[in-house]
Amino acid sequence: MPAAKIAPSKTAGSSQSPLLSLWKAYYESTSTRLKTIDAFLVFLMLSGIIQFLYCVLITNFPFNAFLAGFASCVGQFVLAASLRAQVNPANRSEFKDVSPERAFADFALGSIVLHFFVYNFLG
Amino acid sequence: MPLAYSLPSDLSPATVTNTSSLLRIIALALISGAAIASRLFAVVNFESIIHEFDPWFNYRATKVLAEKGFYAFWNWFDHTAWYPLGRVVGGTIYPGLMATSGVIYNVLHALNLPVDIRNICVLLAPGFSALTAWSTYMFTKELKDESAGLLAAAFIGIAPGYISRSVAGSYDNEAIAIFLLMFTFYSWIKALKTGSAFFGTLTALFYFYMVAAWGGYAFITNMIPLHALTLILMGRFSSRLYVAYSSWYAIGTLASMQVPFVGFQPVRTSEHMAALGVFGLLQIVAFAELVRAHVSSRQFQSILFGSVIVIGVLGVLAFAGLTYKGWIAPWTGRFYSLWDTGYAKKYIPIIASVSEHQPTAWPSFFMDLQFLIFLFPAGVILCFRELRDEHVFVIIYAVVASYFAGVMVRLMLTLTPVVCVAAAVAFSSLLDTYIDPVEPEVSEVAVPVTGGDSSAASPATVDGAVSSKKAKKAAAAVADASSTGIASGIVAAIGGQSKSPKARGIFGLDTRFLIVVNALGMLLFFVLHCTYVTSSAYSSPSVVLASQNPDGSQHIIDDFREAYYWLRQNTPQDAVVMSWWDYGYQIAGMADRPTLVDNNTWNNTHIATVGKAMSSPEEVAYPILRKHDVDYVLIIFGGLIGYSGDDINKFLWMVRIAQGVWPDEIQEPNYFTPKGEYRIDDAASPTMKNSLMYKMSYYRFAELFGGSQAVDRVRGQQVPKTGPTLDYLDEAFTSENWIVRIYQVKKEDLLGRDLKTANAFANGKKRKKSKPLARRKALA
Repeated sequence: MPAAKIAPSKTAGSSQSPLLSLWKAYYESTSTRLKTIDAFLVFLMLSGIIQFLYCVLITNFPFNAFLAGFASCVGQFVLAASLRAQVNPANRSEFKDVSPERAFADFALGSIVLHFFVYNFLG
Repeated sequence: MPLAYSLPSDLSPATVTNTSSLLRIIALALISGAAIASRLFAVVNFESIIHEFDPWFNYRATKVLAEKGFYAFWNWFDHTAWYPLGRVVGGTIYPGLMATSGVIYNVLHALNLPVDIRNICVLLAPGFSALTAWSTYMFTKELKDESAGLLAAAFIGIAPGYISRSVAGSYDNEAIAIFLLMFTFYSWIKALKTGSAFFGTLTALFYFYMVAAWGGYAFITNMIPLHALTLILMGRFSSRLYVAYSSWYAIGTLASMQVPFVGFQPVRTSEHMAALGVFGLLQIVAFAELVRAHVSSRQFQSILFGSVIVIGVLGVLAFAGLTYKGWIAPWTGRFYSLWDTGYAKKYIPIIASVSEHQPTAWPSFFMDLQFLIFLFPAGVILCFRELRDEHVFVIIYAVVASYFAGVMVRLMLTLTPVVCVAAAVAFSSLLDTYIDPVEPEVSEVAVPVTGGDSSAASPATVDGAVSSKKAKKAAAAVADASSTGIASGIVAAIGGQSKSPKARGIFGLDTRFLIVVNALGMLLFFVLHCTYVTSSAYSSPSVVLASQNPDGSQHIIDDFREAYYWLRQNTPQDAVVMSWWDYGYQIAGMADRPTLVDNNTWNNTHIATVGKAMSSPEEVAYPILRKHDVDYVLIIFGGLIGYSGDDINKFLWMVRIAQGVWPDEIQEPNYFTPKGEYRIDDAASPTMKNSLMYKMSYYRFAELFGGSQAVDRVRGQQVPKTGPTLDYLDEAFTSENWIVRIYQVKKEDLLGRDLKTANAFANGKKRKKSKPLARRKALA
């Protein structure tokens, strides 16, 4: 996903390197907490991509197991991304009812429910 | 601020809040009571009995669950259904309903309350209707306020459109599904409003429950993505939307795949792809937003925007490619029949043959919703006034559900909640406007400027109010004008004034009084209508029929149970009963005998086989019956007492379904007279007269009338005096009012003759000129 997005921007990028400036802006303005979450997100994405490639290239035989594994990556990804959005100070105005502590509790609850189903689906 | 009437001013705000919350609780409790009570007509008028067809299967499955435990239920292979194929029940049902009753049953027994499982099943739907009222209250509260919520709860509690599927004894999936539908929508709205993953997870959990309970879950699967997509297109993307949708979709989809009947469908069929597509789109949009937050270059943003579109197009192409390659199943026939109402009749007669799949007749909208149906558009328009995210949801829901309710009678059920919600919003806005004691200030400045216009307009409305309804509309328009833009623009245009908003409003007590009394009158008539419709139209178990004696007392017609119990007590346990599929579940549930086909209708060929046997002459039907080990044939015949839902009236569907599989042997036109009429009297076509169904229905019917003319009271036609004869079947049982007739299939003749000859011999027609006889004479 990000690769697809970055590719056209690279070709059309008239200024020196929008990518580099993006990275710089990100690196400077993001707090360590959010960076930790981002690292986790990248890890989940890579894990999901590997599973997907395995499914496409080698076999999808225990399809439910693949789905469970893939869904756990995707689900955990979006839950972590939600957590990231909720604890991001820039979004404070959007999430009036959700304090960072509550966001984490939501995240934990969602993950538990998700992994309950994942475990049930592994077969 | 002038007031139309004085309000007590010595109350502390705390007292007011406390009292109002107490009143709300009491009101909700009363609404729940009313919702439950109005569904008990069926039990009071008849008895605590399971209704109709499908509930009998659910009841039977629940009994297995309660008696043998969950695992036995999960692995239950029912070899008595679809004889000789059998049916894997655990993998072909939505188990939510049975599991719910099973849990209630076990909880009650754990509390040492030995309640019969039948009573739990009978009373489950009324119980859940109270929960539906509560969840509708919560939903509407998010939309407007508590008073609208209470109105919506009261409406949904007694609206016949919902009662029709949830009276006591109507133990079907819809009984709990509407509660789940409303609660899922409520938690979705709540998740969207607060942006909390907790409510997103809750939405997913209730979505899972809904998937486990009803096939209509696809409605939610497409409503929520549609709402999310609309919000994105309206430029209302927010992190809250991302959190709510992603957490719902990621957990909910995985959860829905746990139901065996659904299986891999959420990733394999087109019906579920919209949700996946919107999920992908949201990820991209969210990522783009994130990047945008870090970079401010306009050019970069436009590039991002372009790449979003490119990715979207790629996604659609990938979807089309996957569909083409067969990875994703295309839309199913049931789905097409929602867009093209003629589709089912052409390609899947089995779906079209069900009366609740027919398009809705206009009067039934009024019958099911009464005055709500004309408040409904007003409520939807009021949603446009605020147009927060949740209002967008209600508007989409209203449009989609209205369409579906027009296509299929049974989808009236999904329309009813949104009608109640929208009508409650409209109604409570009306009451808010007219109960509010604040009068508009007629300021010194405004009056001279607006001059004759405003002062003329206001008294005019007050005077006109005497002629109630017209004036109410006008007054409502004026009232609206005081608060918002659109309406005030219109009114201003009419009045030719642009700056007189302050002078508009309601003056005095008389207008208020008239409108409020009128509104209460509408509510009162709604209650009367609902009670009447519920008691007269929707509370019949259809297993037990009621008629009136000449003296007005109720007479119970109990033919169905009489016949089913006859089967149960007089036939061997493994005797196979053939009947049209409508009665399969009832035979399995009440008579406990194997059936060829039942209401599950999963195997069209098998049903067509039964249809063929019913519509063929005896000689053709007999081998079919023997091959399927049929011992008894059961038909429903209403000709004697005028029960119109009988098999002769359904007969053409049997013919059509059989024709779909054997177009060479069964042709529908043969069953009509040359003039194209469907007749059963002397003029009936020979094919019709020779068909097994006709013969079984009218066998010995004329004898009942002595010498006088026999009349079929359903068709209103005269039956031939010499009725049909049967060679291959024996009449085994006919119920009191002839509604159920059961025939025994004869075994092959012991001497190897065909049964027709054997019958002729037994009847003493020995001198029939036939070749073997002549040869014997010659020999002699």
